Amino acid sequence: MNRFARLSQLLSPLVAVAAAFLVGGLVVTAIGENPFRIYAILFRGAFGSIDAIGLVLFNAVPLIFAGLAVAFAFRAGLFNIGGEGQLYVGAFVCTLAGLALGGLPAVLLIPLLILASAAGGAVWAAVPGLLKARFGVHEVINTIMMNFIAVGLTSYFIINMLREPGQMTPQTSEIALAGHLPRLAGPLSRIGIPLPQANPLNFSLVLALAAVWLAWYILYRTNLGYEIRAVGMNSQAAEYAGINVRRTIVLAMLLSGAFAGLVATNEVMGFRHRFLDNFSSGLGFMGIAVALLGKNTPLGVLLAALLFGVLNTGALEVDIFTDVPRELILVLQAITIILVVVGNEVFARRAAAREGRAAGVPLPATEPSREA
Amino acid sequence: MRKPIEHLFIVLAITAAVAVMLGGCSAEQPGSVDGALRVGMVFDVGGKGDKSFNDSAYRGLLHAADQFGVEHTEFEPGQDADRETGLRKLAQAQYDIIIGVGFLFSDAMRKVAVDYPDVKFACIDFDPRPGETLPDNLAGLKFREEEGSFLVGVIAGLFSKTGRIGFIGGMDIPLIHKFEAGYIAGAKYANPAVSVTVAYAGATPQQAFADPAKGKELALLQYGRGVDVIYHAAGSTGNGVIEAAREVNRQAIGVDSNQNYMAPGNVLTSMVKRVDNAVFKTVQSAVEGNFSGGLREFGLADDGVGYAVDEYNEDLLTEEMLSVVEDARQAIVEGTISVPTE
Repeated sequence: MNRFARLSQLLSPLVAVAAAFLVGGLVVTAIGENPFRIYAILFRGAFGSIDAIGLVLFNAVPLIFAGLAVAFAFRAGLFNIGGEGQLYVGAFVCTLAGLALGGLPAVLLIPLLILASAAGGAVWAAVPGLLKARFGVHEVINTIMMNFIAVGLTSYFIINMLREPGQMTPQTSEIALAGHLPRLAGPLSRIGIPLPQANPLNFSLVLALAAVWLAWYILYRTNLGYEIRAVGMNSQAAEYAGINVRRTIVLAMLLSGAFAGLVATNEVMGFRHRFLDNFSSGLGFMGIAVALLGKNTPLGVLLAALLFGVLNTGALEVDIFTDVPRELILVLQAITIILVVVGNEVFARRAAAREGRAAGVPLPATEPSREA
Repeated sequence: MRKPIEHLFIVLAITAAVAVMLGGCSAEQPGSVDGALRVGMVFDVGGKGDKSFNDSAYRGLLHAADQFGVEHTEFEPGQDADRETGLRKLAQAQYDIIIGVGFLFSDAMRKVAVDYPDVKFACIDFDPRPGETLPDNLAGLKFREEEGSFLVGVIAGLFSKTGRIGFIGGMDIPLIHKFEAGYIAGAKYANPAVSVTVAYAGATPQQAFADPAKGKELALLQYGRGVDVIYHAAGSTGNGVIEAAREVNRQAIGVDSNQNYMAPGNVLTSMVKRVDNAVFKTVQSAVEGNFSGGLREFGLADDGVGYAVDEYNEDLLTEEMLSVVEDARQAIVEGTISVPTE
């Protein structure tokens, strides 16, 4: 990749974000508010204090996992729309284990619950993976259907069988104390960062960063990762080269689901300590946007999740303290994604055009020929 | 991308620069200007404009603002964790009283109320744990929805000509079961032979309480099977039930707010849950300095729930019906009828 192409990789999302803020500002102006004031409040909500920054990170953590899930599958050419269902099943299995294994010490229980979360998500994603590998059924329809099944089943079990005794709220009892992931407020204040004790940021952040590294490592430093990327680029060529495409598809879905399931480390082990029916409200779907914005690379997912964390955290501040509705932030997010996608395409074409000229090969058909 | 870490630093540097620039614009810190009492309200799924549960709470807030000149702000959390965060932000911004609309705020209220003992909190439909005592600054407001539902069930049982009535709930959860159980008991009290068709709208809050198209679809199905009265407990999903009643000229029964006006002649009555009164009284007690924490229940006896009769439905209800309903009300208040909740 030449310099220009690499630069555009980085610049296009940044330009898109800047453009999205500009368009968002116009929308704010159109509804009669001062965009500078609104953005100031949005950024105060996201960066105005240590507490605010902690909330940004807390909001970014589940999006990192959900984004990794989508990006990872995408690398194998699979469109995993089932993150939502996979994270519910991960959280459900994690909660069940956390309720049942109360006698274990934290050093055992915490790793076990992390594994349970990943396993729950992996199993749920394996079903569409197997159906794709065995029967060639498209994974989009099946991952979506698996979402409905997961939401419906967890709801049913939580409300009818696992509800906390004496409670009307559709949620389970608290999982064993030994299974709670510690909050970061304590350790951080010991090293001089005064994060308030009430801030929900917890060790799941560390797991999320580790997951980013792990996803990168698997994709770019292992044989499996090579095979996944080969299948994603051209499955027929990969098969011809001797890669077992079916096996690769199933493994990619398993790992993708495991990343989605790890959302439970934040939502169950780190924050709520129980399964609340419908706790997610679309985190799995947001993961698609995060992966897209992050161009399906692990590092890109991290950055995109942070951006969404900023927007979501700032949105709450705007919603509470101004008359601008929260919907505006949705508008901003949507504009950002559209502009990134458009930007990608434009930059990619120009980069291809340059490379083509340098190598002396004809330009792509979509570009008007300049030599003519 | 050969050196992603390099790019990460550039992006972070730019983000930080932008943040500092914009942060430098220093938005005004929220704070009381003229010493008026400040009320924050946080809505349930569906939010402002649901013409039902949330709007009832909002009406109470507006009434209080009108009466006592209190300042107010309100918002609807986008995700579950925002409930607690939002309550904390309001408390930090020195709101005097913060009202959470809906049982989903129960856990968040418990935590935040302890951290901010000088702020007063109230939670509509609070879900207490057995034997729980609330802090002095937290009022848990509960309603006996089953009692009001019993009375509209009596009306449905008396009105129905086909002997088939319906119930459409939002989500299949214990709170909504109270509406269902009271309604069925009331209908059977009025007409032991009546049959009740029950349906629930959805498994996610959005489908359950904010999807009028789904409500209409379910209602049309029931009307098509000979049901002639449907009671809904489904937030704005129920707006679709009322729309269906108007379309096929049958009867719907509104919920939480008085919804009789929404399709005059096709809304038999509404089970009103006076969330507005509870909100108003709570703000009033804070204004007058006699706010007290703890659990409070509102039922038929103190007009916390009831049924609505106005110019839009008085032609539908006969004298005989109303006298049967009033007898039932008396019996419930006196305790000779005990209304089931499950």
